[in-house]
Amino acid sequence: MLYRKQFTRGRHGEIKLRLRTEERDLLEMLCAELRQRIDEDPADDELRRLFPPAHADDPEADAEYRRMVGNQLVGGRNRALDTVERTLTQSSLSPEEAESWLTALNDLRLVLGTRLDVTEEMSFDLRTGDPRAPELAVYGYLSWLQEQLVEALALGFR
Amino acid sequence: MTTTLAPAEIEVEQPTGEDEPQHQRPWVVIVWNDPINLMSYVTLVFQKLFGYGLAEATKLMLQVHEEGKAVVSSGTREKAELDVSRLHAHGLWATMQQD
Repeated sequence: MLYRKQFTRGRHGEIKLRLRTEERDLLEMLCAELRQRIDEDPADDELRRLFPPAHADDPEADAEYRRMVGNQLVGGRNRALDTVERTLTQSSLSPEEAESWLTALNDLRLVLGTRLDVTEEMSFDLRTGDPRAPELAVYGYLSWLQEQLVEALALGFR
Repeated sequence: MTTTLAPAEIEVEQPTGEDEPQHQRPWVVIVWNDPINLMSYVTLVFQKLFGYGLAEATKLMLQVHEEGKAVVSSGTREKAELDVSRLHAHGLWATMQQD
């Protein structure tokens, strides 16, 4: 069922998009949630991977960096979420729209992965009654989507 | 990373880090390994942002993955800041420091 590819590269560099209604609903909900969280508090600890420090050992320089690019980073992330929501029902994406999808999918994974405290060695065995199972399943699904989109976009880079 | 340069036969006086005015020392941009970003995605971002070919971008990605970090660009403070912000916009864990 899910083994059908959601993203494939079209003949003219466009990205073909094939999502089921349930997938569109899930993505719409996740995008709306993330936008709300960024609006409410971009300094929220679970959003730290979206806005990491540029200067690891120099808080003063880092504050200056945030003053300079903070709004720009927030704006870019919101635009990517907007694009995903606007194009969810389309059957193909322009290369620019596909780039926004890539950003939004990655941002969703960064926040969810931070909350789930994902590690490289993590097992995705969901049969153990782990209370994180629903979110791990969503995380796995988003990873699968992103991997396909990277593959489709990477063909244009070779 | 290692260099393959043979030792120079003639001793040339090299400027030491301490003597050099601070503003002339280049800034380096470092990407750190993290458990969330997909390896294929990191490779694509390196290709897109820095114009690396697939082989070079993959090598750099593997260095991040295996050694925990890699220097991906260097230059003036302004250039490093721009590169860090582009990497941050793409969700990579990047920092900058003076070499």
